[in-house]
Amino acid sequence: MSVNVANLSVAYRSRRGDVTAVDNVSFTLADGEIMGLAGESGSGKSTLGNALIYLDQRMKATGGTVTVDGRELPIADTRAMRPLRMTEVSLVPQYAMSALTPTRKIGQLITDLLKSHHVKDTREVLTEMQRRLELIGLTEGVLSKYSFELSGGMRQRVTIIMSTLLNPSLLIADEVTSALDVSTQRAVGEMLLEFRDRGYVKSVIAITHDLSILAQIADSIAIMYAGRLAEKASTEAIVNEPLHPYTQALIASLPEVGVRADQVTLTGIPGRPPSLADPPPGCRFRDRCPFAFDRCTQTPPFEEIKPGHHVACWKVSQERAAASGRPVVGQAAAEHAV
Amino acid sequence: MSTIKVDQVSKLYRATSRSGGLTPALRKVSFELPPGEVIALIGESGSGKTTIGKILLRLVQPTSGTVTFDGKDIATYSQRGLREYYRQVQGVFQDPFSSYNPIYRADRVFDMVRDVYFKGVSDSDWSARIEAALDAVALNPGDVLGKYPHQLSGGQQQRLLIARALLLDVKVLIADEIISMLDASTRVDVLNLLVKLKRQGLAILFITHDLSLGNYVSDRTIILRHGAIVEMGGTEKIFGNPQHEYTKMLLSAVPELHKKWQHSPLGPVAVVANGAAVAGQTIDGGPNVPVATALTQASLVDELTHAEQVVKRDLRAVLGGTRAVASGKSQVAMALEPPTLREFEPDHLVADPE
Repeated sequence: MSVNVANLSVAYRSRRGDVTAVDNVSFTLADGEIMGLAGESGSGKSTLGNALIYLDQRMKATGGTVTVDGRELPIADTRAMRPLRMTEVSLVPQYAMSALTPTRKIGQLITDLLKSHHVKDTREVLTEMQRRLELIGLTEGVLSKYSFELSGGMRQRVTIIMSTLLNPSLLIADEVTSALDVSTQRAVGEMLLEFRDRGYVKSVIAITHDLSILAQIADSIAIMYAGRLAEKASTEAIVNEPLHPYTQALIASLPEVGVRADQVTLTGIPGRPPSLADPPPGCRFRDRCPFAFDRCTQTPPFEEIKPGHHVACWKVSQERAAASGRPVVGQAAAEHAV
Repeated sequence: MSTIKVDQVSKLYRATSRSGGLTPALRKVSFELPPGEVIALIGESGSGKTTIGKILLRLVQPTSGTVTFDGKDIATYSQRGLREYYRQVQGVFQDPFSSYNPIYRADRVFDMVRDVYFKGVSDSDWSARIEAALDAVALNPGDVLGKYPHQLSGGQQQRLLIARALLLDVKVLIADEIISMLDASTRVDVLNLLVKLKRQGLAILFITHDLSLGNYVSDRTIILRHGAIVEMGGTEKIFGNPQHEYTKMLLSAVPELHKKWQHSPLGPVAVVANGAAVAGQTIDGGPNVPVATALTQASLVDELTHAEQVVKRDLRAVLGGTRAVASGKSQVAMALEPPTLREFEPDHLVADPE
């Protein structure tokens, strides 16, 4: 396992006490795996991504461990994390492409970055950088440009190249395809695949609210809801036979090309996620869930229902227990999906 | 009937960069928006779609061409005429979080409408109207009235703005990317609301870059590229049988849940081709040589990678030729004259390749 996150909890300090934005989250990533992390705004997905690399002043890790390549990351210690950033774990923050400084040329920016990470052989890295630029169809010319002279897609690609320059084990890509046109989205998505295939990054956590992008690039998808993981499984399983009611509703609400309102009326999910400042006990999706029953007032465990398929839902657990006597394992899931 | 007619509208923006010159944002765009119809205006960033919306709302003056509403040129409206125009033509924009002033309660947008248009309406009558408008957008008055913007979800905020438009005698709604900031779970509700309002006779210009959303709500579709219409017609025709290369390229790039992107044949992956291995395995020359070094030794020059092929192909589709592909699409100089639109079948116009 290249990345192992166990029982990670992250809280924001506030005057009214801590707000737990990531609550007891566990998952693993294999070498070469691209995991999609999806959820509504405020579900804690970006907080989770940020926590793996940099906890700012407002945040604190309240429990759990993160292991990358067998080494535990000192995530609570900002200073100790410093040498690991970019080399072990790297982040493309949300809106990074809009945050490139307008006062430095891209080339200078990269040299600065390498200097601040005490990279000795700058020239070799820069040669490699040019090679990678060439790979994704950009010329050396971008290095002598300012960020505002590049289009959004070019900026996003430059940002990803910068973050992966030192071949980190784990890349956290936060909303890298949002705010891009479909054709550019595709180029950026395929660039992530290409970089993974070439071993520039070992594994990737792609954070986005857009499930259809994840269906294209991710090997597995984790669905987050109100600070907790609701479901994690292979992309095929999430897309074709999701088990958690939230995932099911989410998938059902997506209009696809070819679906028209005249023929099919899609439905959204009524209500909104609970406030994390004072979350209700038990399953946090309970208020919006059409299947909720009395047991849901207790917190459901995030358990492995099928090999590689984790779900936190009492209904699913119960059906699985009931179906365990049956010969066909997938039966309950198939019924559920209907 | 209150039809908006856009006739040969062009808009040139003056570039502020050193190179100077004029950037054509719209090139002789013509279409009609009749009542009870949703037109999806689809284009990538820089295609001019928002400029069209702004011109319809008279926030921007076209360089040439006219927009008529009920047969009257909107450029000729006096101040009072403009107020009447806004009574019937309203816009809702992308970012609901910046449409409200966070200092005030969200329902202040209703009061502002009342101050301008409905000074004589009694309090009880007014609150009845608000309730009717909120009901039309499926909001519970108790949930939203008296609340501050941060207490409302994005979907609620966006629906509140649509309700505000409904308080007026609105005939035309310009909806500029109103869905893109919303979460998947609430997007569909707003889309369904648009469909419902359309059935009641509202004309809606649904501006979006998202093809699947446009396809879901619209009756007709306009594909815009570099400020010119490249394909226009019934939504089913455009999506079912796209004719222009650009439309085809856009459609092939749409990420879909149940269909993977069609991967065009991969060029040889250099790392493998040169005897090195991928992802976490050892590399030619010993296990400790970083991939970067191995790649430095490898010759990549003539090998197109997949990503590169994708980018080049996309750009070629965008440029419609074999111009230097790395120059970036935004730097392409364009002629002002748009490509000619020809009728491919009834209610389906396709532009010549540019």
